[in-house]
Amino acid sequence: MIGRLLLRDLSHLLPGGRRGGSMLPLLFFLAVAMLFPFAVGPDAPLLARTGGGVIWVAALLASILPLDRLVAPDVEQGVFDQLALRGVSEEIVIAVRVLAHWLSFAPLLLLASVLAAALLNLSGESLRLVLAGLLAGTPGLAAIGVTIAALTAGLRTGAALSGLLLIPLAVPILIFGAGALERQDYGAIALCGAISLVLVAIAPFAGGAAIRAAREG
Amino acid sequence: MQECSLTARELACRRGDRLLFRGLDLSLSSGDAIHITGPNGIGKSSLMRILAGLMPAYSGSLARSGGIGLVDERPSLDEHSPLGKALGFWQRIDGAADNEFVRLGLGDLLDVPVRYLSTGQRKRAAFARLLGQSAPIWLLDEPLNGLDRDAVALVERIVAEHCHGGGIAVIASHQTIAIEGGRTLAIEDFAK
Repeated sequence: MIGRLLLRDLSHLLPGGRRGGSMLPLLFFLAVAMLFPFAVGPDAPLLARTGGGVIWVAALLASILPLDRLVAPDVEQGVFDQLALRGVSEEIVIAVRVLAHWLSFAPLLLLASVLAAALLNLSGESLRLVLAGLLAGTPGLAAIGVTIAALTAGLRTGAALSGLLLIPLAVPILIFGAGALERQDYGAIALCGAISLVLVAIAPFAGGAAIRAAREG
Repeated sequence: MQECSLTARELACRRGDRLLFRGLDLSLSSGDAIHITGPNGIGKSSLMRILAGLMPAYSGSLARSGGIGLVDERPSLDEHSPLGKALGFWQRIDGAADNEFVRLGLGDLLDVPVRYLSTGQRKRAAFARLLGQSAPIWLLDEPLNGLDRDAVALVERIVAEHCHGGGIAVIASHQTIAIEGGRTLAIEDFAK
């Protein structure tokens, strides 16, 4: 059952998938990383110092883009209702969706970060910290994203609202993930990973409750 | 098909601060079909969702044995997928039962994305999903919407076969539908 749900979710969310795919957020991410040197000027040391933070902000913005396609279409189409009648709980569906969402944007984002690091003149050590931080932080971003998508699925202003809701919730991940760059410290990345795991653990229950509440309302 | 039953006692339904109906009793066992009638907004769909267990009743009790198959206004098929692939997802979830595509007139449409299908074709697709599920208790909410005369007759036949096979069918519709026994329940009788 979990495998079947995952296959369906991936066929929607992966690049070239039927719900628009995840190529656009990725290009968006690269575009933001590319804009930054134009905005602050070609000052190599400055770029090297701030580049890691830019990659993090760009990653955060890119993870907001697909939110309105994550859960809302399935709620509108009654897929959650049909699955509930077959004894598949909302929690399982949401947990699978978190995994699918993460798979659809995180690995490509890591690859794109290498490109972005070259654009921003990041050192090898900084790049390692950025990649480790993103690896630790992106599961949490995916969990927050799916939870918020579930919360706003029934609302008409969902798309705009979800971005606004995601940013404050992502602040702890950003503080520890990007903070590791400042102090060149893997301890902060471990904390970022811990926050990420807590969010992943909460997401299925919060998201499932949100979908049930919307159904019964 | 296994023995199934669906029993509701003293059901009441409230939407917002309106009490739609109360004191509604329903008792169905294997082979029974019932037509729920009533004008728009009387609470037919709410009753179906309560019977399906998707919405809590305001008061009353509900007992059932047997799985539920629900057809409502949403076909639950991915709009962007070809019909065959969209139904394929439910086939894999439900196990490989026969969806009877050809009988439902869907044989030529399996490559067509769901978003291009007409209302009636979507309804037929929803029936294909329902048949594949092989659930003993059918809850059909406005199953005839968008269907032409031939398709209505087909749905009547499918429902009759289902009940002959020991299934239960609860059909909420403002249209007339011929079902065996001709049992009906008018929700207006239970409006307060």
